[in-house]
Amino acid sequence: MEFKDYYKLLEVDRTATADDIKSAYRKLARKYHPDVSKEPQAETRFKEIGEAYEVLHDPEKRAAYDQLGNRWRAGQEFTPPPEWAAGFEFTPGGASAAEGAGYSDFFSTLFGNFARHTAPPRAHGEDHHAKIFIALDDAFHGGTHTVTLRTPQVNAQGQVVLRERSLHVQIPKGIHEGQHIRLAGQGAPGVNGMPAGDLYLEICFHPHSLYQVQGRDLSLSLPLAPWEAALGATVKAPTPTGVVEVKVPPGSQSGRKLRLKGRGIPGEPAGDLYLVLAVVLPAAETEEAQQIYRTMARELAFNPRHSLGV
Amino acid sequence: MDMENEILIGSVVGDEGVLALEELARACGAEVEWIVELVAVGVLAPEGRETTDWRFRAVDLTCARRVARLQRDFGASLEAAAVMIDLLKQIDQLHARLKQAGLNVD
Repeated sequence: MEFKDYYKLLEVDRTATADDIKSAYRKLARKYHPDVSKEPQAETRFKEIGEAYEVLHDPEKRAAYDQLGNRWRAGQEFTPPPEWAAGFEFTPGGASAAEGAGYSDFFSTLFGNFARHTAPPRAHGEDHHAKIFIALDDAFHGGTHTVTLRTPQVNAQGQVVLRERSLHVQIPKGIHEGQHIRLAGQGAPGVNGMPAGDLYLEICFHPHSLYQVQGRDLSLSLPLAPWEAALGATVKAPTPTGVVEVKVPPGSQSGRKLRLKGRGIPGEPAGDLYLVLAVVLPAAETEEAQQIYRTMARELAFNPRHSLGV
Repeated sequence: MDMENEILIGSVVGDEGVLALEELARACGAEVEWIVELVAVGVLAPEGRETTDWRFRAVDLTCARRVARLQRDFGASLEAAAVMIDLLKQIDQLHARLKQAGLNVD
């Protein structure tokens, strides 16, 4: 397990006051909140910051953490010393099992036994949520996906431990990004005979090398030779369900969109596939090619900057 | 039956309203009244007229959970979170248009 330097994560000194810590947390939370941040790794950073704040803003946890001293550096292999937390009495009411879900093994090991999950005597199990990344292909053909979840559970000693479980889930044809698959009864167990909660899996697509996805629609950049764009042509284009022949109208420019109706993600109605035309110039590396370009320059009265007035 | 190899079949929460008010509230770990407020301020727009007929879609689920996080993590009021949601949506739309125009924003 890796040691976490909570002071470094919050970008404060070890001598920081409670106010310093709070203001550092607030600043960083705003910067990395996954709902508002465009920073890379925002979600991971936000969890780390939350975890660091959970420890450092609580005088008891901070004192216990400080006891580990300066012996460790971030990322170093860590095992808690045998006398860990001896002499500390912790107040219940820290992170609940659900909140602790995103915390690291390091946190769970040190502070797992802080958590007290107090559920009412009879309660419906909580719903759980997870994101799954599937291939675009699965939306076209359906498939199965194995999702591995780490669920926090309170063990017999009252500690929060992370339990891993794998579920095989059917991916229905036609599903797309932002939709959810709801698995009844796969959330948290209910208390005293009440039903378990559900598990919601939010669908995300792995980025595809060719297609951009928006809802059910796809778009693909389709390269064309200048003469194909200028004179019109019938060219081949890939689609997720196979190669098709497409008629490019004469006089097409880069950026023009051709819509292939119903060639997007299947459904009622199916999405469309947009081909975004992109004219590509042949290299002028040979004498022959250069000759052709020179002929065009001579023979065509063409000013591409006409619209700029120059 | 070997549980490890069982293939689970779920129901899809997609573009059509399927979640009832209580179901959405539970999915957000929130009270029903909070969802009713989100509808009142126009953050959520369910199908159906009466609260008992309301059915919510995938976008509502995503949006409601986003509001819940913003309220929890920033101590924001529901109105403030609603404004944030509107602005975030606009930013997403602008990003999508920039991307369509071939401009990379990141």
